Amino acid sequence: MLKYIGRRILQMIPVFIGVTVLLFLMTAVVPGDPVKMITGEREISPAVYNQIRAEYGFDKPLIVQYGMYLNRLAHGDLGQSLMRGRPVKDMLLDKFPYTMQLALAAIIIEIIFGIGAGMISAVKRYSFADVLVTLSTSILVSLPVFWLGTLLQMFFGIYLKEWTNGAFYLPMSGAGGPGAPFPHWVYLILPAITLASVSTAYAARIMRSQLLEVMGQDYIRTATAKGLSASAVLWRHTVKNAMIPVITFIGIDFGAMMSGAILTETVFNWPGVGNEIYNAVVRRDWPVVMGGVVIIVVVVMIINLLVDISYAFFDPRIRYGGGEEA
Amino acid sequence: MKKDSPQMQQEQDRKTAEATAAADTAYDALSASPSRTLLGDAWHRLRKNRLAIVAIIWIIVMVIAAVTADLWVPQRFGDPITINTQTLTADRLLPPQLAHPFGTDDLGRDVFARVVYGARFSLAVGLIATAISIVIGLVLGALGGYYGGFTDTLIMRTADVFFAFPYTLFAIALVAVLGPGFINVFIAIGVLGWPSIARVFRSSIFSVKSQDYVQAARALGASDIRIMSRHIMPNSVAPIIVYGTMSIGGAILTEAALSFLGMGIQPPTPSWGYMINASTKFMTTAPWLMLWPGFAILTTVLSFVLLGDGLRDALDVKMKD
Repeated sequence: MLKYIGRRILQMIPVFIGVTVLLFLMTAVVPGDPVKMITGEREISPAVYNQIRAEYGFDKPLIVQYGMYLNRLAHGDLGQSLMRGRPVKDMLLDKFPYTMQLALAAIIIEIIFGIGAGMISAVKRYSFADVLVTLSTSILVSLPVFWLGTLLQMFFGIYLKEWTNGAFYLPMSGAGGPGAPFPHWVYLILPAITLASVSTAYAARIMRSQLLEVMGQDYIRTATAKGLSASAVLWRHTVKNAMIPVITFIGIDFGAMMSGAILTETVFNWPGVGNEIYNAVVRRDWPVVMGGVVIIVVVVMIINLLVDISYAFFDPRIRYGGGEEA
Repeated sequence: MKKDSPQMQQEQDRKTAEATAAADTAYDALSASPSRTLLGDAWHRLRKNRLAIVAIIWIIVMVIAAVTADLWVPQRFGDPITINTQTLTADRLLPPQLAHPFGTDDLGRDVFARVVYGARFSLAVGLIATAISIVIGLVLGALGGYYGGFTDTLIMRTADVFFAFPYTLFAIALVAVLGPGFINVFIAIGVLGWPSIARVFRSSIFSVKSQDYVQAARALGASDIRIMSRHIMPNSVAPIIVYGTMSIGGAILTEAALSFLGMGIQPPTPSWGYMINASTKFMTTAPWLMLWPGFAILTTVLSFVLLGDGLRDALDVKMKD
């Protein structure tokens, strides 16, 4: 097991180097003066200009610049925000709790409805419920999340309020705070549903196909033949074995959600990492964009690593199978 | 041994012929197709999938509407881009009606005309970006799958680097760096799509490579390029067709998201994503503004997803869901 973890961590190193090279090139190859990208539109004296140029090594060859970039990264220096003058790292750390709350809420929805719908549709295969689940998962994966978000805002925030004369409605944006008309968790409802929509559909599809595959296995026939009740076969043998890929998917998905759901957070003005990065893109605050992407990629890689490790822990075949994907 | 009489011989022949005919019928019934080509066979099965057929018809309707838009849309519904200042106040935010089936927007332009013109860009992005992904993915996947070893490791590790980025975020960062606009959106979405294609194609090559007929071709002295193009490609292309179809839907969604964030094609040129963005201001007064472009995205993407599902079943491709 330790050997497996070690190998997975070693595999991460070239990927991380590749990520930094790619990000570095993205900033270096952009047309325009790199010093301007750091100073923005402000007027600066030639002395300051040259100082920045030397500090970031723009007068040196690319490979040296890359080395300096890596060195700054290794010291946890992601640069400073052009607009706010704050370290990018601190800015993003402030936003992470909100992103985490949203991701957790969405994952709970995904687990309950995704796995539930997948089970119903596999157990009652070809029934009306199955057709309904299959069709609605196709619709959900084709639905633009930002459109779903605005529709939910319109329905729960505006129409419901009109129909009930303001007695019942859900907040359309923000995260509440002191003096807000709702407790904090209410603000999570609509964004969480929006963020969970696509993944729930995928989770349901994976659950369904996994269950159907396991149901055709010999050991399920054996379990039925030895006289186990249908529910015992389902829960003890089928569901348990079908769950592994679903859990992996949900784990990786959690990593993706932690990276900040840019669209959902923007639509609902949720103060998370995704929203911060989007605002930085709009304001052309490059250090925040690039620093944010680095942090996010690292977080996603670590979560994926944890998912892989837990997967290997639950399913010994992974550990001993050589670990090389086909 | 007694020789068969001519009558018995005839009888025997007749029985053989009958049996052969019966076997043929049974075979046709089982394989559900007299055609022997991959695509003919697939089409035969696809035709029975009603959802996939509806999807194909819808895609064809969209493509025809988008391509011929110049011939009928401006004449009947007005120009989708220019703002007529004279009639602006009278035509502003009209609800759906006979003259304007989808209503008009805040600048007095017909929403139906804008949705039809928006289809041009969305479909173009879907097709061109996917084509870019497929070309890069096929070449790199083929190199990795066929040669293996170091080439393969290098290509697959690069794919891992791309997979390490959250997709939407990467697309946004890339367009932010390249600058918004038509061509850059094509490039960003196209470049981001290759790793999945390369992975699918590579594993499909792996499974074909060790088949006896490939070994036989190699033993006969066929060149690498010949083996690749004549023996491996035709037998590993099915997953790419399925995957490519679904990617078109994905590319359209990504483009819509970029446009929604204001990073796709720039206004006043109509794009579905930006139309939704612009209409959120009128959520209470003119909700129809938001509905039409959304339905357009949903039905188009859904058509490609359903067609992809249908092709997967028809081509009998095993894929992870």
